[in-house]
Amino acid sequence: MTTQEAKFQYLLRLGDSNLIIGHRLSEWCGAGPILEEDIALINIALDFVGNATALLGYAATVEGNGRTEDDLAYLRNEREFRNLLITEQPNGDYASTITRQFLYDVYTFYLYEALKSSKDETIAALAVKSHKEVTYHLRHTTEWMYRLGDGTAESHERMQNAINDLWMFTGEMFDMDEVDQILIKEGIAPDLNNIKSQWETHVKRVIAEATLQIPTYNFKQKGSKEGKHSEHLGFLLAEMQSVHRAFPGAKW
Amino acid sequence: MEDEKQLAAFEAKIAAGNKIEPKDWMPEAYRKQLIRMMSQHAHSEIVGMLPEGNWITRAPNLRRKAILLAKVQDEAGHGLYLYSATETLGVDRSELLEQLHTGKAKYSSIFNYPTLTWADIGAIGWLVDGAAIMNQTALARGSYGPYCRAMIRICKEESFHNRQGYEIMMHLAQGTPEQKAMAQDALNRWWWPSIMMLGPSDDQSPNSEQLMRWKVKMESNDAIRQRFIDRTVPQADFIGLSIPDKDLKFDEKTGHYTHGPINWDEFFEVIKGNGPCNAKRLKARNDADKKGRWVRDAALAYAEKKKLKAA
Amino acid sequence: MTDTQWPVWEVFVQANPGIPHKHVGNVHAADAEMAIQNARDVYTRRSEGISIWVVPANAISASSPEDQGSFFEPSNDKPYRHPTFYKIPEGVKYL
Repeated sequence: MTTQEAKFQYLLRLGDSNLIIGHRLSEWCGAGPILEEDIALINIALDFVGNATALLGYAATVEGNGRTEDDLAYLRNEREFRNLLITEQPNGDYASTITRQFLYDVYTFYLYEALKSSKDETIAALAVKSHKEVTYHLRHTTEWMYRLGDGTAESHERMQNAINDLWMFTGEMFDMDEVDQILIKEGIAPDLNNIKSQWETHVKRVIAEATLQIPTYNFKQKGSKEGKHSEHLGFLLAEMQSVHRAFPGAKW
Repeated sequence: MEDEKQLAAFEAKIAAGNKIEPKDWMPEAYRKQLIRMMSQHAHSEIVGMLPEGNWITRAPNLRRKAILLAKVQDEAGHGLYLYSATETLGVDRSELLEQLHTGKAKYSSIFNYPTLTWADIGAIGWLVDGAAIMNQTALARGSYGPYCRAMIRICKEESFHNRQGYEIMMHLAQGTPEQKAMAQDALNRWWWPSIMMLGPSDDQSPNSEQLMRWKVKMESNDAIRQRFIDRTVPQADFIGLSIPDKDLKFDEKTGHYTHGPINWDEFFEVIKGNGPCNAKRLKARNDADKKGRWVRDAALAYAEKKKLKAA
Repeated sequence: MTDTQWPVWEVFVQANPGIPHKHVGNVHAADAEMAIQNARDVYTRRSEGISIWVVPANAISASSPEDQGSFFEPSNDKPYRHPTFYKIPEGVKYL
């Protein structure tokens, strides 16, 4: 694998995760628990769509085959997507959405922090911008972790269920393969083992403060790095790509 | 006696072009009418999120997706400004929402029509937001301070909505034959509802005289409708789409377009709750409210706990 | 518990450094941190601010419209509080 190929894969991983989780959040539009939260969720979704556009745009440039960010978003199939499994999990109730978001926010908070010093200048610049955004997202979701975890008996139970259900998707965030090894050597991407320990400390602290428990099971689902997803992704893509694919070559 | 003096002072203040503020004396009829109008307006903004929200997950490219998200978010923001302005008249947002959820309150008839294709997103921005802006710029000159301030803010933000809609239509009209057909179809379906959303014609709109004097209403429905038509028809011409009204003619003498008869029966049926999507929209709002209840409760419970701990 | 839309917080935004915070509207929120975040999301979507204050709406006291006469008119007949009241001969500088 060449550095260029590794970089393309890596950018797909980052870009697809942002695209898919942003898409999931956008499904909340008009259905949030209160008007203010509707607005907050769309703000976060907008940041993700913006990041996905930038990252997939750069991926297309790195690939150099004349594809665009829209080609990558709208014309790839399930097995070609590289988003983390956690990002495609359905919204569920508000507890699931907040928990999914929180676990992902902590991950990207430390990942982008590390990517700020990437030897690839474009990635470093994008990381600086994204890190500011995720710092706010994390503040928002952390507050909700506390409120729902330590709110009412019902909210506590819903949160614990959400953590139990989503925990199995967190392990693969830190898996590394040839793509990571090549980019670590080049100083382009960070060693995910370091991110993992930061993530664990942070997540444990917040979950404990929210009076919730880390599940005791330790099996993990994985596969997103080879494009092996949960069944949910196919439906998400079918919806997202429907108009674009129905009119091949059309401009919008 | 006291009331008469106060009423005279109130009317003099409005006639002089001054704004009425929340704590000022105002006739009960004025307060009631404003609550009705402003909350209807607020409800329209948040129900209006639904037909467009319907296409966010299917927007045809990343740019359109971001624009539509930002636009629908603005609608939520506008709903919020308007509820907040209505609350200054002494009514709680929870009370207003209760009226919406139980079907007691009305919202704009236009949002009870379905969005069937992507082109409908263009048509809504261009026509529905276009008509709404026409109405809102008039209302921004009204007499109630908080309403005017909300309107000014909303108008400023809405001009992007109108433009993005027209831009969508323009791209479709200049696109493939299928895209152009999609745009024309959307215009065919949204034209008459957009004309109607500006309200019944003047001869069917009583009690307008007092509302005009109190600057609750600034212009008659027909006057606003005429201006909307006059401005919109050339925009359709420019992108090669045709307005679905065979009687539409430009009158050289008056400088205005004359239009064919409006199907007011349809309008009143939709207002009564018999439009294609009334039940669906109301259910969506009710579901969101019910599903969010435990979240709202938890946040309050947590805030209470924190307060106790701090004390 | 009765369903609520949470308490109201009035929002003040500073648009640029060095100028006062200005009232822009309100938000509903369960606590102060949430009020600040909601204010940020609602009132600074188009880069309208660099700093936000939130105040519980029920903590604000206001003068009454009836007080207008007694509060504010007495200062109308004190023009000597304004610099334009004084005539300074031409040629005198720095005054």
